Amino acid sequence: MPATLSLPLLLTIALAPLAGAIAAGFFGKAIGRRGAHTVTILGVLIAFIGSVVVLKQVALDGARFNATVYEWMVLGGLKMEVGFLVDGLTAMMMAVVTFVSLMVHIYTIGYMEEDPGYQRFFSYISLFTFSMLMLVMSNNFLQLFFGWEAVGLVSYLLIGFWFKKPTAIFANMKAFIVNRVGDFGFILGIGLLAAYAGSLDYAEVFAAFGKDGSALARTPFPGTDWLLITVACICLFIGAMGKSAQFPLHVWLPDSMEGPTPISALIHAATMVTAGIFMVARMSPLFELSDTALSFVLVIGSITALFMGFLGIIQNDIKRVVAYSTLSQLGYMTVALGASAYSVAVFHLMTHAFFKALLFLAAGSVIIGMHHDQDIRNMGGLRKYMPITWVTSLLGSLALIGTPLFSGFYSKDSIIEAVHASTLPGAGFAYFAVTAGVFVTAFYSFRMYFLVFHGEERFRHKPFPPPDAHADPAADHDPEHAHAHADAPHVPHESPWVVTAPLVLLALPSVLIGFLTLGPLLYGGFFDGAIVVDAARHPAMAELAASFHGATAMALHSLQTAPLWLAVAGVVVAWWFYLQQPSIPAAIQARFGWLYRLLDNKYYLDWFNEHVIAAGARLTGMGLWKGGDVGLIDGALVNGSARMVGAIAQFTRRLQTGHLYTYALVMLLGVFALMTWQLWPQVRRLFGL
Amino acid sequence: MFGNVTLSHFLSLGAILFALSVIGIFLNRRNLIVLLMAIELMLLAVNLNFIAFSHYLGDMDGQVFVFFILTVAAAEAAIGLAILVVLFRNRASINVQELDSLKG
Repeated sequence: MPATLSLPLLLTIALAPLAGAIAAGFFGKAIGRRGAHTVTILGVLIAFIGSVVVLKQVALDGARFNATVYEWMVLGGLKMEVGFLVDGLTAMMMAVVTFVSLMVHIYTIGYMEEDPGYQRFFSYISLFTFSMLMLVMSNNFLQLFFGWEAVGLVSYLLIGFWFKKPTAIFANMKAFIVNRVGDFGFILGIGLLAAYAGSLDYAEVFAAFGKDGSALARTPFPGTDWLLITVACICLFIGAMGKSAQFPLHVWLPDSMEGPTPISALIHAATMVTAGIFMVARMSPLFELSDTALSFVLVIGSITALFMGFLGIIQNDIKRVVAYSTLSQLGYMTVALGASAYSVAVFHLMTHAFFKALLFLAAGSVIIGMHHDQDIRNMGGLRKYMPITWVTSLLGSLALIGTPLFSGFYSKDSIIEAVHASTLPGAGFAYFAVTAGVFVTAFYSFRMYFLVFHGEERFRHKPFPPPDAHADPAADHDPEHAHAHADAPHVPHESPWVVTAPLVLLALPSVLIGFLTLGPLLYGGFFDGAIVVDAARHPAMAELAASFHGATAMALHSLQTAPLWLAVAGVVVAWWFYLQQPSIPAAIQARFGWLYRLLDNKYYLDWFNEHVIAAGARLTGMGLWKGGDVGLIDGALVNGSARMVGAIAQFTRRLQTGHLYTYALVMLLGVFALMTWQLWPQVRRLFGL
Repeated sequence: MFGNVTLSHFLSLGAILFALSVIGIFLNRRNLIVLLMAIELMLLAVNLNFIAFSHYLGDMDGQVFVFFILTVAAAEAAIGLAILVVLFRNRASINVQELDSLKG
């Protein structure tokens, strides 16, 4: 182990945002709006600078850190600790999280300007940054779970940030409940690993499963041939499915768009939803041991990547289009995990964090410009009025669809190549899904881009007025502002510098980071020690490395491959459909009504969840309540025993007549019986029995 | 002294008296005084048995016991009648059927 990192530095990185969150949350009134954003931005800035220092030491000096910071308790030999593990994977995640968080903090000054919950909002996002850092820096499962739940909590709080809006409350409950389903699997997985490895520490668990084959051959269910490692990995991945919104636990993510836009950018696009991807990459030594689990990951990821992309095509809410795009991209990352190309998944995670945060913040800027109208059918021609937002959105979209030399191109093409090289069952379907997904991605991205920034200036007559002005977040926090513009058509305006500056700062890495870091991250051994690939069984990464001849060569080579031309086709079709011949999409919609309805209802998954799973759960609960609790326990056991005593007493009290002669008679009968019993032999003789 | 009267005759008489008094206790639903009388009769039936045995077995101990029992019976009758008087003052009735305050 060459150099080591200093613990005070790591503690400062993790705790600075927490301090900011406490200051803004508990003393928000005292320090005021300016104080709240100053102190939280300062906290995140410190964390960001610290993360950059850590990244530099890890990348250039090869420094590592793995130690326990605090021992919470020991439970029958199971140590529960707080500890940090910093290697390439963690350092990269820390830098991405703090950078995007810093951008979002600055952006929020402009976006939430008029909101009464200003300090609360800053407190939450700083708390989120702290939780996410604890999650990625953890060196044991307990702290991972703590961070995992803490980011889930903040996500819940922020989706329901406008707590007077019923849809927001519905959405945050939905997010919370769906995540509980995933977390159930996650904690089962952790429990299985802890039970069989006897430790919660990553290194010890990996060692316990790595050393000999005996741990692998065991099964948690006697009588089946399910391997322990497969069950544990699938359980862990179910946790990742909840957090990273993979099919079929993805349903909460589109609804989470009810929250403020900075949150959608920070939590529901760039960082929190990628926690599942990070976790699986961190657990790569375990996942490598189970081909079944990897196949499962691969198939779930490809379903998400392709089918969620389809849904993005028909959405009209600007944030929802980006949300479905996020789902689809998370599917890409998951596919890469399944193909054992963990480093590619994490690479895509990083590039995606930048360009998707950019797209969300740009969408937020458009929403500000449109005075909180989010329907893209009401936009058009905005490029003249919002030039900075327009250019940065274009760059973000180009990165998203994988234009050569942009960051998204390198990560996405690497994923497609890795899946192509994968030999696992399901890889064929996954390859088809991710390749077709390129066309879909390009189509929906540029459909949105053209509808928003080009074409007719539809905001002048608003063909699709918002159904209810009060359902609009603006109505909640600023009624005058929203209504002042309601009657006369207004011209969108460019957002203030606190909004556009983060856009520009995010656009730079969205364009450049892929080209700069592709070599070192994927093929330069940056993730050595953090990500383990069994090259003999899963040759995808090795094949990728063999055919890699530099970032420029890769861009040139792409001219001869299908994905690039599929992306170009997507853009052209979007341009034709939405700028040249707007009647075509309407005709298709009319011709294939059933298909449109299927997509519009999101494959009826919400319906299924509500009417089958939720209704079934309610029915079971009702049955247990009425039958089990009220009927059996309360009725038969508690009240039943009381009633039984009452019934017996009701009968016996009749014996107590209160009359002397009855008592005398009973006494006499008693004497008679006793005498008979005592003198039985004489009695027998007397009666000749 | 009694000619051909044997012990069995006395014992039968005692048993009949005893049975009468028992029946008197639980067939009598009207008068508490009759109840007390039935108890006295019961004691007398026992006394008769004692005397009969004492005479036929030639042992005087039985007759001594009879004196004790007579004394106790007299005291008991006195107390019983005193209670009866108080009871009548309280409830204006000595009807056995009405004395059912212990009814469950």
